[in-house]
Amino acid sequence: MTTQQASGSDAWESVIGLEVHVQLSTRSKIFSGATTEFGAAPNSQACGVDLALPGALPVLNAEAIRCAILFGLAVDGDIAESCRFERKNYFYPDLPKGYQISQFEEPIVRGGQLRIEVEGGSRTIELTRAHLEEDAGKSLHEDYAGQTGIDLNRAGVPLLEVVSEPQLRTPAEAAGYFRALHALVRYLGISDGNLNEGSLRCDANVSVRHRNAPLGERTEIKNLNSFRFLEKAVRFEIDRQIEVLESGGQVMRETLLYDAERDETRPMRGKELSDDYRYFPDPDLLPVAISQTMLDEARAAMPELPAAKRERYVSQLGLSDYDARWLVADPDMAAYFEAVAEASQQPKAAANWVMGEVAAALRRDAVDITDIPLPPEQLAKLLQRLADETISGKIAKSLFETIWRTAEDVDALIVAQGLRQVSDEGELAALVAEVVAGHPQQAEQYRAGKTKVLGFLVGQVMKASRGKANPKQVNELLRRALAVE
Amino acid sequence: MSADADLPTLAEHCQALRSKAVGAEELARHYLRRIAEDRSNSFITVCEEQAVADAKRADAAIAKQGHSGLLGVPVAHKDIFCTDGVRTTCASQMLANFVAPYDATVVARMKAAGAVLLGKTNMDEFAMGSSTATSYFGATANPWDHGRVPGGSSGGSAAAVAGGLAPAATGTDTGGSIRQPAAFCGISGLKPTYGRVSRYGLIAFASSLDQGGPMARSAADLRALLACMEGHDPLDSTSADAGPTGNEECAQGLTIGMPGEYWNDLDAPMAAALEEAAKVLQRHGHQRRQISLPHTRFAVPTYYVVASAEASTNLSRYDGVRYGHRAQQPVDLDDLYCRSRSEGFGTEVKRRILTGTYALSVGYYDAYYRKAQRLRRLIRQDFIDAFAEVDLILTPATPEPAFRFGQHEADPTGLYKQDVFTAPASLAGLPAASIPCGRIGALPVGMQLIGPHFSEDRLLAVAEAFQRDTDWHLRKPPEQP
Repeated sequence: MTTQQASGSDAWESVIGLEVHVQLSTRSKIFSGATTEFGAAPNSQACGVDLALPGALPVLNAEAIRCAILFGLAVDGDIAESCRFERKNYFYPDLPKGYQISQFEEPIVRGGQLRIEVEGGSRTIELTRAHLEEDAGKSLHEDYAGQTGIDLNRAGVPLLEVVSEPQLRTPAEAAGYFRALHALVRYLGISDGNLNEGSLRCDANVSVRHRNAPLGERTEIKNLNSFRFLEKAVRFEIDRQIEVLESGGQVMRETLLYDAERDETRPMRGKELSDDYRYFPDPDLLPVAISQTMLDEARAAMPELPAAKRERYVSQLGLSDYDARWLVADPDMAAYFEAVAEASQQPKAAANWVMGEVAAALRRDAVDITDIPLPPEQLAKLLQRLADETISGKIAKSLFETIWRTAEDVDALIVAQGLRQVSDEGELAALVAEVVAGHPQQAEQYRAGKTKVLGFLVGQVMKASRGKANPKQVNELLRRALAVE
Repeated sequence: MSADADLPTLAEHCQALRSKAVGAEELARHYLRRIAEDRSNSFITVCEEQAVADAKRADAAIAKQGHSGLLGVPVAHKDIFCTDGVRTTCASQMLANFVAPYDATVVARMKAAGAVLLGKTNMDEFAMGSSTATSYFGATANPWDHGRVPGGSSGGSAAAVAGGLAPAATGTDTGGSIRQPAAFCGISGLKPTYGRVSRYGLIAFASSLDQGGPMARSAADLRALLACMEGHDPLDSTSADAGPTGNEECAQGLTIGMPGEYWNDLDAPMAAALEEAAKVLQRHGHQRRQISLPHTRFAVPTYYVVASAEASTNLSRYDGVRYGHRAQQPVDLDDLYCRSRSEGFGTEVKRRILTGTYALSVGYYDAYYRKAQRLRRLIRQDFIDAFAEVDLILTPATPEPAFRFGQHEADPTGLYKQDVFTAPASLAGLPAASIPCGRIGALPVGMQLIGPHFSEDRLLAVAEAFQRDTDWHLRKPPEQP
């Protein structure tokens, strides 16, 4: 309860509930056989059902039901034994049938909860429901002066609409909820989670009130597709509502769009917004019975979820809580980490390298973890060669850059480039003697008690060995060499 | 039997094709000629060239491998079934120029069986009506009396079969749209069990009630046509396989229920015709029993709420955006919607969209739609209870024979009472056939046989036996002046 503004002794409190539309990653649409692939030429992926040709009928894609069951189990919601689809009636050009097939009285999932990360801990947010529905097409206003283009490729793509209770209190919590949901659906493999392509779209219901007062009138901000925009839009809207109320006005129930460029919300126009959608059961579709077998199959297919994974990283792999959270936040990152840890048998080193070098290189090259050029086996091998002292830490770092670019075999590179660490005592002793003789001033300082200078001398030896000397041994030999004289 | 013989049945045509007494092309040309000469306006679209080409192909196939199924048999489809490459209008201005890019499952199955499509028959606009007078393409005349309606909505199909313009046709029945025109035109018509025939490609009126079915001269022909049309279709989730029924043999010594509610206020001549029919059935060894279907009187209002509610949203897709009638020069989106739909739909369609929209609206939903659903369950339960005691139910198919054009014009909802005997079986999803069983004056009347779900075998067997003993179904309408 942090969004507060002093106004006399009263503080404002904001109440936020989110409706997130999760695009399910089924191969075909929820009620037709057309493909759901993103980015094809307009209307090339719309069949007779999607175009709402006369006589065309919807047929439910069982895969969408499977996805919803998996979600329901993951959030510990109640999965209906029987659910049904209803028609939500309104006219809009990108809604070909004049109704959207959705769920109303009998959603597939009721209740459940989602654990979210917030500053200084975590909170559990309760879910109202999750229901299946079909997406609408897209209206393209920009490319056609005075006209509107309609692309129905997206029409009929399956959506799982996840509705939270109005339990979120701050813009940061709202973003945290959206993040947690995003991570969950990706762990479940039921959505590609691609925010840029609109795979998760969030509507935020926002109201403000004085603490302990009844709920204020709410507004709904539509279609937010990034964590940052959600947070900013909600923050703007809370401030706007407080301003309206403090200047003696009233908040009107309305639907808003967030303009990211101007960082403000504006009333939505154009889209038909009806108060009465005349929901009724779609007679073209039979009620869906969800059998025990379907539940059992979903349970058997349930992957490890973020909370369990985090717990395992800490208790079994010995990672810090911070590292575990960081790695678990992105399922693809976690999977990469696990592959490296498994192959190298060094979970801690794997965590350090994934969170350090790997993350930095991904950022630097603007590459997504799913497109990472470095196979986890090679990074694992690098960590092993470092651990068994075949190579030095310095060589390891430069070798990382090489294999990042070329994905070549680590062992082959070590041999080909002669990168094997020098641990031969005679060879190293000669180098040490050379360096000590070449730096009498520093040797003198060390003997006079300025032991810090040892680091410089180690560096000189490493340089002379072109990074291949075993630093532990160099340290030891230097100490001895400086002590005897 | 040659093509010139008067009003042969489908079975007779198959026999003639099999024995090579007649060729498919000769048959097709015979019917195309009759259609061209006819004045009943039974067809919206005639597929002359395609029919001849298909018939030639059928002749080649018959020469090669003999006759089977519906190979080379001319048929007509109600213009509510989508036909690939052929205009499919639903008798509406809205779809007056709509050429379907695909075949309805029923059309595809009959095509695969070798049937030759003569054309698309007239109907009430979007199947909403009992007279075929609401068609954008003009009314169809009843072959028995051109001053009277053929019934509806499948009036074009009924008139075509009765008038010898096609030996068989498809129809659809939502609240009586196969059975009532069959009765008015003196032919046989079957509304199968809901789900037995795929609705894919059947332009929806009321999805939970719509059912395609055959219309022909005899019950035996209905059986042959149903065998081709029926069966689960992966493209229609509400379709089902009938499964092994085999109760054709069990159509002996049945108990036939006669619900008292259907005889209240029934005109004496109609009651007399039904009594004669019941006596024939008794002679066949069936017993008659008086039964009660107590919720019958709620069937018509229930039907009109349910059907209109579904229709109001089924017809939302006709918005002028993607296909169909589109208003000229719309000033904005609302104008495009309003004018496209105002211009494209006829009065009866608009009346039902408004009725249905009202019934589904917030504040009225419970009083109308939800209540209608409850009544629908009670009506269905009436039948389930009745079928615990009887094997089939016999009723009149219509309250009266074919009425005159304009007779019900002043009272459009009065016309809804035409459905009083047919709507209950529709609401219950039961198979029901209309079988010619007599005359009132010069006009044919029909009896309705209703059976339990998926009992078409039994129902048709009883009707076939009836038609072996009667010739009402073979009678030919008089020449019209």
